[in-house]
This record gives sequence, C-alpha cells and structure tokens, in this order.
Amino acid sequence: MISKKALVRVMAVCSVVCCFVFSGPGLFAQADQIPTDQAIIDEGRQLFNEWGCNTCHAVDKVVVGPALAGVYDRKDLPWIYAFVQNSQRVIASGDEYAVNLFNEYNGTVMLSHDIADEDILKILAYVKDYTDNPPVADVVTATGDGTAVAAEGGIPAKYMTIIIVTLIVVLVLILIVLALIIGVLTKYLNEKKDLSDEDKEIVEEKVNLGAFFRHPGVIGIVTFLVIALGSKNVIDGLYTIGVQQGYAPKQPIAFSHKIHAGQYEIDCQYCHTGVEIGKSANIPSVNICMNCHSSIKTDSPQIQKLYAAQESGRPIEWVRVHNLPDLAYFNHSQHVKVGGVECQTCHGEIQEMEVVEQASPLTMGWCIDCHRTTALNTKDNGYYDKLVELHNKSTKEPMKVEDIGGLECSKCHY
Amino acid sequence: MSNNQKTYWKGLEQLTNDPEYVKHADKEFPEYLPVSEQDPNSNSRRDFLKLMGFGIAAASLAACEAPVRKAIPYLNKPMDVDPSIPNYYASTYVNGGDAVSVVVKTREGRPIKIEGNKFSSVTMGGTNAQVEASVLSLYDKERLEGPMKGGQPTNWDTLDAEVIEKLEEIAAAGGQIALVSNSILSPTTNKAGSEFIAKYPTTKHITYDAISAYGISESNRRSFGTAMVPSYDFSKAKTIVSIGADFLGTWISPIEFTKQYSKTRKINEHHREMSRHFQFESNLSMTGANADYRTPIKPTDEGALVVSMYNAIAAKAGQAGVSAMASDATHMQQAVNELWAHKGESLVVAGSNDPNIQILVNGINSMLGNYGTTINTDSPVHFRKGNDADMAQFAKDLNAGNYSAVFFVDCNPIYDSPEGASVAAGLAKAGLTVSTSDRMTETAAAVEYVAPNHHFLEQWNDVELKEGHYSLVQPTIRPIFDTRQTPESFLKWAGNSVEYYSYLQDNWRSNFFNRQSDTSNFQTFWDKTLYDGVFEVGGSSKNLSFDAAAASTAAGSIAINYKAESTQYQLAIYSTVGIGDGSQGNNPWLQEMSDPVTKATWDNYITMSQADANELGISMREGNTEKVNLTVGGETMSVPVLIQPGQAVGTLGLALGYGRTMAGRVGNEVGVNAYPLVTKLDGANFYSVLAGVSVERTKESYKIAQTQTHQTYMGRENVIQEATLEEYKHDTGAGRWHPHVYKGGEFVAPGEVSLWKGHEYNNHHWGLTIDMNSCTGCSACTVACQAENNIPVVGKEEVLNRREMAWIRIDRYYSSANPEGGKKELEIAADNPEVTFQPMMCQHCNNAPCETVCPVAATTHSTEGLNQMTYNRCIGTRYCANNCPYKVRRFNWFKYHDNTQFDKNLSMNNDLGKMVLNPDVTVRARGVMEKCTMCVQRIQAGKLAAKREDRRPVDGEIEMACASACPADAIIFGDMKDPESKISKALHLKEKDGEVKVGEKRAYHVLEEINVNPNVWYFTKIRNKEKTEA
Repeated sequence: MISKKALVRVMAVCSVVCCFVFSGPGLFAQADQIPTDQAIIDEGRQLFNEWGCNTCHAVDKVVVGPALAGVYDRKDLPWIYAFVQNSQRVIASGDEYAVNLFNEYNGTVMLSHDIADEDILKILAYVKDYTDNPPVADVVTATGDGTAVAAEGGIPAKYMTIIIVTLIVVLVLILIVLALIIGVLTKYLNEKKDLSDEDKEIVEEKVNLGAFFRHPGVIGIVTFLVIALGSKNVIDGLYTIGVQQGYAPKQPIAFSHKIHAGQYEIDCQYCHTGVEIGKSANIPSVNICMNCHSSIKTDSPQIQKLYAAQESGRPIEWVRVHNLPDLAYFNHSQHVKVGGVECQTCHGEIQEMEVVEQASPLTMGWCIDCHRTTALNTKDNGYYDKLVELHNKSTKEPMKVEDIGGLECSKCHY
Repeated sequence: MSNNQKTYWKGLEQLTNDPEYVKHADKEFPEYLPVSEQDPNSNSRRDFLKLMGFGIAAASLAACEAPVRKAIPYLNKPMDVDPSIPNYYASTYVNGGDAVSVVVKTREGRPIKIEGNKFSSVTMGGTNAQVEASVLSLYDKERLEGPMKGGQPTNWDTLDAEVIEKLEEIAAAGGQIALVSNSILSPTTNKAGSEFIAKYPTTKHITYDAISAYGISESNRRSFGTAMVPSYDFSKAKTIVSIGADFLGTWISPIEFTKQYSKTRKINEHHREMSRHFQFESNLSMTGANADYRTPIKPTDEGALVVSMYNAIAAKAGQAGVSAMASDATHMQQAVNELWAHKGESLVVAGSNDPNIQILVNGINSMLGNYGTTINTDSPVHFRKGNDADMAQFAKDLNAGNYSAVFFVDCNPIYDSPEGASVAAGLAKAGLTVSTSDRMTETAAAVEYVAPNHHFLEQWNDVELKEGHYSLVQPTIRPIFDTRQTPESFLKWAGNSVEYYSYLQDNWRSNFFNRQSDTSNFQTFWDKTLYDGVFEVGGSSKNLSFDAAAASTAAGSIAINYKAESTQYQLAIYSTVGIGDGSQGNNPWLQEMSDPVTKATWDNYITMSQADANELGISMREGNTEKVNLTVGGETMSVPVLIQPGQAVGTLGLALGYGRTMAGRVGNEVGVNAYPLVTKLDGANFYSVLAGVSVERTKESYKIAQTQTHQTYMGRENVIQEATLEEYKHDTGAGRWHPHVYKGGEFVAPGEVSLWKGHEYNNHHWGLTIDMNSCTGCSACTVACQAENNIPVVGKEEVLNRREMAWIRIDRYYSSANPEGGKKELEIAADNPEVTFQPMMCQHCNNAPCETVCPVAATTHSTEGLNQMTYNRCIGTRYCANNCPYKVRRFNWFKYHDNTQFDKNLSMNNDLGKMVLNPDVTVRARGVMEKCTMCVQRIQAGKLAAKREDRRPVDGEIEMACASACPADAIIFGDMKDPESKISKALHLKEKDGEVKVGEKRAYHVLEEINVNPNVWYFTKIRNKEKTEA
C-alpha cells in the first residue's frame, strides 16, 4: 500500500515537474547573462571536469544527479550558486525546489564545493553551449562500431580486407586460366606426331614428388625448420609461465568498468583513491560504492551484494587481477602523479572492459622497455630542474627514465 | 697514526694470536659447515633424484595455473588510513619504571617501527635497543589472550564479579590489601589507584623497582629532607666522574644522558673542547668503555674512594671532612682537582644503591655547586620511585599472614626482586591474589586471577617522566587480545565503570588544561598535546640545603660496611643494555643483540679478569669457555666464565635479567637468575656482594655465542684512527693515518691509482658519517635496523656458527700498549684497556670489490652512490662476501621464515609475529646474500614524496633507521650533492675543478690504502687525555 505521505510526495514532485514542463523556457529569463565567449566555454568545460561535476552530472542525461541542460532556465543564478556551494544549506533553508529535488533523488547529498560564483558561471556557459550545440561529431566517432577511421588517413581496415580478398580471387582465376591454357596446349602438342625429342621430353615430363622429398637438401631444411620452430615455441612457452596476460577472473560482483568508467566517465580516482598518493591504487571500499548506490539501481542483484556485505560486516573478496611478485616494488603515485602516465598505458582500455583483464604482461622486460623509451614528465617539477639542465647539456634527446637510473635494480627491488 | 704504538684487538684470542683464532681469522665463515651432515638414515642420492623429478613436475604443473589471490578492501575505509601509506602517532614507551616519548610508525593500522619523539625535551628523539625492540613484544603470541582464573581462561564478567565479591568480604572483615607495583609514572593511573584505595581504605600501595634507585631517593631524604631522584644534565658538565654508574647504558635515564653526554663529546675545528670523563668501576661497563680515564676498583673500594673524594673536595672548599679512609684508586686525585677547577660545571654520579655512598656524592656535588647547574632538583625524575624497605616489609607481612589480598600491578616481583622467593612462599596466606601482567610471568603463574593489561601500544594513558614533563600514551592498534587496561580494571573493582579514555580526558581537563594559556578550548589543547605527544610545563622550585651531619653519619656506616676480605671474590651485579631487568626477556631481538662490551648474545655469564682466570686455570678461546660453580651466601649456581679485559681483579660480574623460567619460548632458560643474589644494605637493595663469594671450577666446557671475533680483519691498524684532545688542539688531523702506494717511482695517495673509472653522480650522492667520538656502543642502531629491514634472528647455535644476520654491527676494539710474549704481558694488556666502538655496515664503496666478482651482476652500483643488492638475482655463490674487505655481507644459510627450526625468530614464524614486518622490504629467501641497503626503501619513499610535491628532498627528511635511532647523534646520513645538507657540512665538502674534496681533517675511510673509496666516512676518535697513554 502506498502511504498518503508518499502519494503527496509523488504529487508534489509531479506538480514541480509539470511546472517546469509547462512553464517552458523563460521562467528565469537569464540565459542572456550567461557568456557565450568560446574561451570561457572552454574554461567552463575544464572546470566541469576539474571540480568533478562530471562524476555525478551530465548535460544531456541523468547520471547520479539531474541532467544540467537548461538549468539556468529553471532557477536563477544566485540560487544555483548557493546550491552548488552548499546544497545542504539550501535544502535546510526549506527551499521548496531544493527539498523536492533532494527527495526526487532519494536523498543523495550533493557535496559542497568551495567554488567561486564566476567559475560556476563559466561552467554554466559550457552547459549552455553544450545544450545549444550538442557535439554531433563526437557522438558519431564515439559510436563507431569497429569501423573507426585509422588516425593517419591510410586505407580503412574494412576496405583493406575487401581489396585483399578481391586480389586473391583474381589471382586464383589467373591460375585456373593458366592451367587451362597449359592443358589445351599439351593436348594440342600430343596430337602432333612430328615433335622433336626435346619437345617430347617436355610434353611427357612427370613431376616426381618422391625424389624431391628425398633430396638431402630438402630434408636438411625441413629438419632445421622443424627444430627451429619447435624450440621457439618451447622458449616462448616457458616465458609465459607465470605471465597472466589476459587473466580475467570472474569477480564476486559483476562490476563493469565499461559502464562506470566508459559510459559514465567517472574519474578513476573517485574509486581508486590511492592512485596519486600511495603505492596501492586501492580497490574501493563498500562505503565508496554506497556514495552512489545507496540510491542508484538499488534493486539490482549485484548491488544487493553490497548491501549484504554492509549488513554482515564482511568485506567483499575481489579476485586480484594484477599480481606482481613480492620482490618487485611498484608505486602507483610515482607513475600516475609524478610520471603522468595514463591508467590505460598499463591497464589497457579499461573503460571498455565489462570484466577486467590483465592487459599487460607485467614482466620485468615490459617494465624495462617502457623505462627505456618513456620521456620523463619533468615539466614544472622542481625535483628534475637541475637534472634536465645537466641532461640537455650533453644531448638533445629527451630525458628518459633510464637516464636517471630507472633501470637500476634498487629502484624496484629491495 | 704513524707513531701510534698501540695494539688493537677485538678479543683476547686475537691479542695472544691463539692458533685456533689465526686459523679462522681470515675466513668469512668457519671451516666446518654443518649444513648437511649426512645421517645414514637420511635422504640418499636416489631419493634426491626422485624428489627432484617430482619437484620439477610439480613446479611445471603449478606454473600453469597461478594461484588465485584475493584483494580485500575495507568495508568502510577509515578516513586517515590508506593502504601502503604509513601513519605516525606520538606515544610513549612504558615498561616498568622506564618511559620514553616515541613516535610510532603504523602501516594499515599496525605499528611496525618505533622512533624517538624529537619534541620531548627529556629524550630529544633518542631511543635505545629496548625501546626499538618493544614493538615486537606487542606481537608476541605468548601474551595472554584474555583473563585467567586459576590458570584457566575465564571472562571479564566472572573475574570482576569474583574479585569485587572477595574484595568486599575482605573490606568488611577489615583485612589488609596490598597493591604491589613498579614505579607508576602515570598521574591518571595513580588517580585511579587512589579511587581504589578510597573505596578499600585498608589498601597499601607498595612500589619497588627491579633495578632500584632507592639509595638515591633515600640519600636525598636524609641529606636534603626530600626523597627524590633528581634530574641530571650531563651536557653542562665539563668534568664527569662516575663511580660505578653506567649512565649511558642502564642507569636511571640512559637515553637522556647519552643525548646530553654526546653534546659534550662533539668537537670540530672551531670548537676544540670536550668534557673529561672519569669512571671508577668493577665491571667494564659501556659507560666505562667511553670514559677518558677509567680505573677498575673493587666494590669494597667504592666506600674508601667516595670518602676520600669527599674529604679532598671538602679540604679545597674549606669545609669539615668526614672520618678518613684511604683510597689508592688511580686518577682519583686528578679527578678531584679537575672537579674543583670546574666548580658548577662538573658532575659526580654513583651507581651504588647504598644511601650512604649517595649521601657523600650529594655532599661532593653540593660543595662543587653543581646543584642548580648539572643537577636539577626542581624536576625530579619519576623513573625510580621504588622503596626497597617497603618491599622487604611487605614480604615479611605477607608471610606473617597480614595481607588478605595482593594485587601485582604490571610487575613480576617473584622473579625480579630479591624478595621473590619469600613473596612466592607467602602468597598462599593471602585469600585473593591478582596480577595484571600481560603474560604468564613467574608472578602471574603464582596468583589466582590474572587481569591482563594492554601492551603500551594499545593503551590510552599519560606519563610524567619528570616533574612537569608529561607525555601521552596513544594507542596505535586496537587491542589484539581480550585484555583490559590496568587502571580501568582498578576503577571497575572500585565500582567505577568508566571507560578509561574518558577518565583520562576528564583528568586532563580538570588538572592539566588549566596549566597552559595557549588555548581556551580543551579539544584544541588535547589534540595538540596528542599530536606533539608531550606537554611540558617544568618543575617547581625546591630550596634544598645539604645537611653535613648526614655526611658524617654516612661515612661512619661506610667505614663499617666496606671492609675488604682480600682472599675472596666480590660480586658486582649489573644489568645489560639489551635485556635490562629481564621484563622483555622473550624478545629475540634483544636476546640476539650482542652486548656492547662483551659482544656475547643469548647468555649471561660471570665476567672475570684475566689475572683471576689465570689463577683458576681457565682459558677462553673463541667463546669456548667453561662453567664454574658460583657460590654466594648459601646459593650455588653453575655459570660460564667470560674473561673480560678491564674487569677489576678479584671481582666477578653477573648480569640481572636472565634465568627466567616463565618468559616464553625465547627467554626461558637463558642464563641464570641473579636477582636472588642481590643483598641488602641499610634498607636498600645492594647490587654488590662484598663477602662470601667463591668460585669453583667444574671443567664442564661451555660455548658463549660471542660475535666478538667474527668478521674480523686483523693486522690492519688503519681501522681505528685516534688521537688525544691535546694533539687535536694543535692539529685537527691528529691521529690520521695517510697510506701511500708505490706508483711509477714515487709514493702517492691510494686514490691516485685506480682500475676503476669512477662514477658520476648527477642526482643524489648518499653518504654516511660516523663520529666515533660520539658513538657509545649502545646498539640502538642494530635493533632499529633489525626492525626496519626485516632481519631474522638466527639463535644461539647459528651465532656460534658465525651466521648472525645483523646488517650493522658495532665493532668493539680494545687497545693497549704493545704487549709481546707470554701470559704475564697478556694480563697487563687486559688489565685496563682503552675501548673504541666502531659501527660497521656496508660501506657502499665506489670501487666496490663485491660488484666486480658477482657472476650474475646481483650486486651493482647505483647512480646515487648505493651498492645495490638484488635478492632475486642472487644465486648464492658468496664470492661477494669473500671479496668484501669489511665483512659486512650476510648470507641466508637457511630459510629463517616459516621454519619451525627457527621458532625463536618470532617476527617471521607465526601470523601474529609477521605483523611487525616492514611491508616495503623483502623477506629474504634461503641462499641469497644480503647487507645494508642504506635503507633504500626510505630513500625511495623520500624522493617520491618530494617529487609528488614538485621539489627536491629536504635534508633530514630522509633518514636511515640507524641514524634516527642513535641517541648520541653519531650517525649522519644525507645527500652529499646537497651543499646545505648536514653531511656536506660535517665533511666540509669543497668542489674544486669539478672534483669534490673532503675538507674535514678528522674524516677518514677505513682501509683507505685499498682505495675501495667508500661512501661511509668515519671521524677520528679523540680522547680527552693529557698525552697518549694506554
């Protein structure tokens, strides 16, 4: 039975929504106050990401919080400023719209942001621009289903296959034609009685495969090839022992990075909190999941497992995908914060993965290769200033990890 | 050192060139390798092949499928705990009457390392071996897991109900209740105690200390009218005279005193002054080893010495003396003259617990005007508040059946007091016996109820180190077992069910908050105090005047008590730097720490002079000695003999803290218990036995596991370079030895000839300097290193096999004028040698001999000056160790982790013990070499922290474990490329023509002539002596 209270709430929400629907744009005719300068819009986009707005909001769809399209038409600017800066205060003040919004989103708290009014205005500029000119081009490339255009303007992959197949067909046809011609010609010669001995020899020649395979040279070459290929396979096989590239174990909860990191573009650090400060990136604790899932998809059986964990007090036992041996020390913050390495460099296209798999071999050779070729991220880092200066004196090559001892044993083994 | 006529020796066998010693001296490892002595029934070659075949098959199968490993995040991540990121909390080490302000490093919520708190004005960031090791005691499986009743586990409710019921019965019947404890330093615990006493007014609180300083407080009561142990300030003393006080090692507050003392031993070209230290003692203590002038005296001579000194000073001061006693102690007159010359800047201390001796010492200090300068009575220390007379009376009363209930508050008197046997016998007469010990000690096993206390790392508490110097105890881990803090137990029994944390805060709100004016918000005050760890308001002025009448009474007693019976031995009971009073007996790090002076591990023994040993016919080679029957009074015990140079002839030394029966698997049956031998003098525990001591040979052979002559390099006298202060004043390079090598017709410095191209250091160049003048040999660094770098404990047998694993060792060299020839000369040389301590670890050579011989390049040089050791590459050829001139490489002969044969290696053999391991350092496998890494994990962490903040590392931010533990600041670690770093300044690094030169004249490399060019520099030892004299 639906309680009276709930009914009232639903009705209230409906009326508010109707209000918006029917009042249409121009309830707060302040769209002209929002700058349209391209520089400001760009800055707004940046701020939108920097302040982590994108974690919970999108312009054109509901993520954790409401879609922002046309928000400036719904409420006046001071209200928006106040709400972004401290939503709870606005709600506590009894503002009807805010309270309803809060209830509509099942009491999910929008965190307070210590952000200046003008910066919010810039973000709104971006939102407005996005609303008015939806980025059509982006959508097209993003939805490409494997027919993505190669970056350097070469032949598209799909056509490449067609061309190759056509070529093969043509070649086979030519072969057939040639065979037919040979057959016709041989027949014609056979019918002739006055052939010279040499011609006869050619006409009556039979291919002797047996003699060919018994030839010592051939046997030698074949033996060599077999041994060489065999050894290569054995060695390659031995190298893969303990290398778990492609390891994609089933996890206790079917968590999809594709949805969270790909579709909703939630920043990796939102969950992997240690990645810029410590050795471990950290698998998120249940309380981090609950920031959103206390109100989103609450009836999904996968999400129910979170509630069960919280109730029983037993943490979720994820299966570890990336297993470095204990003798190797790897620190995420060194690579992500200091080195500015993208997560995808080692973890692959994580935002495309339904089930996480180990994308890289995680072998020492793989580490070393990267340390040999990667230029250091020395920009604006006082630690490297003198080193760069010294390095540039002797060479024009960029300073690689290798150049400051990145291949030394004690950088990773101690 | 070209004109140095001294001979340096590490042990008597080296001095005598004992054939056994010579045979092994040049070898890294002894010849016998009892790794696989073939047992006829053991595995044959065939078995081996079978096993190998199976092993390979199993390994290849196992390799196909990697085991599934789980990653388990927090359910609710605490805000301030991030996996892999250490947190530091200020807290206080508390053990018996000892307390030290510390900073505890925790990882994922478990403490793994203890360092000193630099905010404390008492210990100033210093620690000692016992403090460093205490973190392992937290994870000791042999702690009690919950309350006990009659030796069986029970629960708190039952225990509380029964204890309260019995207490009420006793109170109703007017029975006496005794609270027996060591010195309690916590004001809030004392408050809880008084609540208990208020509830049960028949309660009497008896305080004793395992190693008592009652003599000092009693002497102050008699001479000044106030019973207390004053604070001392050695840093202000220019002349220090210690009569048997091991103030750097074990006496009252050794960390504090080492900090102060080392300040007076630091010299440089602008400051060519240092204190002069006279030591008169029977055993060669660590403090005596550091003295400029040391005189071995018998315990009975102590009386005459103190009386004579008193009279000599009194004569100079124009005051009346006391009845004279003749003393022929060498250097006595010189000491008196210098004390008088430095009136007000001198200090006389005595280790004796005889109040009469202490009264005369008070008199001497008073005449010298040292009160108010080097002795501070405004802030008396609280470390030793025990009253021996009370304790003796308690034992008597207990046996007389006068006590109906006895509570042993975190103490173990059955083991560690001279009344132990008597207390144990009398316990049956008390109806209720309770102990709050956190483990089944000798005392806890004898009582009915045990209400186990938290380990100090699990507690909330406060500590008053000295009057007005407070330090908070903050928990760094949730209680591991079902234990309860002692004051909370007492409050509960007194009917107050308050949680101790709020009780503590309330006490601070009402009694401490008002003693500061920085903030008016209690929470701010509390948070700041907790962050700092300390709260210091200073003591209160006490006007004291010395009562000369007490001096003459004391002298009278001394004349009666100190009578030498020349035919007999005298026993001087002492405590060691590592084991102390024995309460941490189950800590293997301390058991395996080699004693600073004797270099022995895992044992106590009789220290005996060479002369006495010759007389008895006992000899000692490489730890091979024999046991003797030591009879004191009526007690006879069988103890091994260790021949100790510097031991006063006619005296024997025996350490307390050993011979425990209920310490746990590590500490049980190690050595003999010397507590029952402690005698009484004038109501105080007296740690010398002046008569009735005899020794009888048993010819039972015994091995003492000494690290003394291991890893030696003999015949190279360029290792220790030293001079006297006189010489240094004229030439700051005095004592330096400059070797030369022959090249192309001339002699040049070794650095001129090299096969190596050298290294270019663009980024960092890490280095160490070690000031041998400051190093006291205390070995805090060795235990700190053990904790930081997951170094295993190998046990006595393996130490005997020379397989101890310590990365940093402290070489102790004796030196004396050149002895040649037979036994008589040996006696003279061993009579009273000079001692030098030299910490020795991997020297991180720039031209490293180990690097060139490794067949698999497992040891290489880094671009930052480190000699790197890569365990996963090492195949265990041990070539590097053979080629190391400093013998600092350690080989893993066995798998020391998860191996029941090494079950004393507590940190690696059970899940609880493993919690102490440093997760940033690999636990090494069998068959690999290891050695000092210059704490590369700390260097890497420090560099990364700097990079994350876009800056260079700041000097002092990265600190090696040994350097940060050192209470004498003898070790400086730093970046030699940073011109502002402490190490660059200490070495006076100067750049000239692109080459960096060391400008400090005292700095030298050990074994400079082989030009391995280490990154570790030693500073010459300077003795404050008039001239070179042995």
